[in-house]
Amino acid sequence: MDDVLTFVFLMLAATLRVATPLVLCAMGGLFSERSGIIDVGLEGKMLMAAFFAAATASLTGSAWWGVVAAIVAAQAMALLHGFACITHRGNQVVSGVAINIVAAGLTVVLGTAWFNRGGQTPALVGDQRLMPLLLPNAGDNVLVYLALLSVPLTWWIVERTRFGLRLRAVGEMPLAVDTAGISVSWLRYRAVLLCGLFAGLAGAYLSIAQNAGFGRDMTAGQGFIALAAIIFGKWRPFPAFGACLLFGLLDAIAIRLQGVKVPGVGEVPVQLIQALPYLLTVFLLAGFIGRAVAPRAAGVPYAKEH
Amino acid sequence: MSVPRRPLPAWAEIAVLPLVNIALALLVVGVIVRVIGADPLQALKLLVVGAIGSSESIGYTLYYTTNFVFTGLAVAVAFHAGLFNIGGEGQAYIGGLGCGLAVLALDRFLPAPLMIPLAILAAALFGAAWAAVPAWLQAWRGSHIVITTIMFNFLAAALMVYLMVNVLIAPGSMTPQSRGFAASASIPAMHDVLAAIGIRVAPSALNLSILLAVLCCFGVWLFLWHTPWGYALRTMGHNPDAAVYAGTNLRHMTMLAMCLSGALAGFVGVNELMGVHHRLVLDFPAGYGFAGIAVALMGRSHPLGIVLAALLFGALQQGGAELAFEIPTITREMVVVIQGLIILFSGALVNMPRPWLQLILSPRRGGEGVK
Repeated sequence: MDDVLTFVFLMLAATLRVATPLVLCAMGGLFSERSGIIDVGLEGKMLMAAFFAAATASLTGSAWWGVVAAIVAAQAMALLHGFACITHRGNQVVSGVAINIVAAGLTVVLGTAWFNRGGQTPALVGDQRLMPLLLPNAGDNVLVYLALLSVPLTWWIVERTRFGLRLRAVGEMPLAVDTAGISVSWLRYRAVLLCGLFAGLAGAYLSIAQNAGFGRDMTAGQGFIALAAIIFGKWRPFPAFGACLLFGLLDAIAIRLQGVKVPGVGEVPVQLIQALPYLLTVFLLAGFIGRAVAPRAAGVPYAKEH
Repeated sequence: MSVPRRPLPAWAEIAVLPLVNIALALLVVGVIVRVIGADPLQALKLLVVGAIGSSESIGYTLYYTTNFVFTGLAVAVAFHAGLFNIGGEGQAYIGGLGCGLAVLALDRFLPAPLMIPLAILAAALFGAAWAAVPAWLQAWRGSHIVITTIMFNFLAAALMVYLMVNVLIAPGSMTPQSRGFAASASIPAMHDVLAAIGIRVAPSALNLSILLAVLCCFGVWLFLWHTPWGYALRTMGHNPDAAVYAGTNLRHMTMLAMCLSGALAGFVGVNELMGVHHRLVLDFPAGYGFAGIAVALMGRSHPLGIVLAALLFGALQQGGAELAFEIPTITREMVVVIQGLIILFSGALVNMPRPWLQLILSPRRGGEGVK
């Protein structure tokens, strides 16, 4: 009985560990997408944040400065996205792709130049990392709790505040918001900055909490899984959170099942389980599992004058 | 603020604006090079010499160019239909799989004149098939093609890792790669071909796949601007309602555009596997699919522009490798940064320099501009 409990606890802890960056990232992306700014650049923002978190923590010796640097880095990328998509009405997908590619290159270029370790940052020790708070073996650092807190917070902001109401309106029909005398651009800028904030925390979690340092391409598609989770959750906070937990659980199972023969099935290919988040999202998008309807104005630049 | 904007003259739109975009991207790269403590001008010199300084480097530049032409055309064909295909990476991967499977199955039986066209066809079919699913999902189920093609990139990567590690790995091999292709499935290297007609150049990865790229450019130009299907495809991209009114079936056109796009991306596998690696390997698309977006944007989705943009990207790729070799603080990934910045400036921020150019090139505003 104890074994079962231990196993369940370990699986839960593993799921939460994997899901934390997804949850943070998804909540950030949710703000951006609900305001009508598509964000395929979550991956890049998170990667930049992870790099600057580890680099700063390593140089200053403080994990907290690392978190600050992560947020600043991700918000800088978010502002760039906003500058291209809101101010200059550029293509949002192109901008996101550009941010991902720049981040993938720049983190390695800067990392190699500054630390001379082939793109890695020095291993972080002691106070340079965020340590578990209550349960030493579960990896429950402050960002895990923050991720759990971010879900009701996001829900409350989006569904229960005046800002949230306007945010949703601007994602559905910016003209109406503009007519009411509210600045579409300023609203959307605030949304992408919130997105940067959360993506920054997600990145910091990867490099200074879950791992002890930055490695090249360490996000490994998690930004896209977060994006999938947003879609899977139909652009709503709690369902998106559920999707993140599901994807996290799949990952935890994939690690557990590596090389294990399941009775009756044989060895389950790990790649299949890792591909499941993408596969499930495609099925959802195809309308086989309910219907995912994006905010109506998502991806459409708003021009004040025609 | 409501000063009427006169449109830029066509030549400025086609020639000046892209150059301004590249200049801006290079300016930012210069700042980055400065930040990491190297000399930007020296870096630029090394980059240019590294890209076109010798017959070997020119060979490599053209070899990279070949890949960029394929993925650039792939993105462009979809663009013309109003579709954004970011799945070039996955389509190239699966196209390569098709090419590799055809070769592994038949290279012991077929001579080169049969084997090579068949493998090229297989690459096109597999690439097209991988693009057909997101296309079908968009056309019939209404799911957004950007998201599904992203997902299909990851699915392709997972599938390939599984196949290479568990199924296609050569017996006794430690790394996940297939057995070597037989000689009949090898596309001749350019230096061998040139040597046969008496021209001696240094060996490089450049192979006759570049002819396929030239053929594709011509084919895409012919198809888009000189066939009724191409006309219908472009109409759909400009105005779907008008296309429907003209009797175009948007669903079929979506399928056609995406399948063509996927087939073109799949040819990266031909250049990489039959031209260079001579076996099925992992990770050969190496970002060409994404860079294709930049190539198409810079080349304004026209085959001629794409060739020029692909040459630039090929030169960057090769020059960047040499640069990384010469200056240890600069790594190869600098090329990735440059590619990303070019996508940013010639794609997302393409509108930024337009008012500046308008100010310079057509300074008279107001009265004369509007009638």
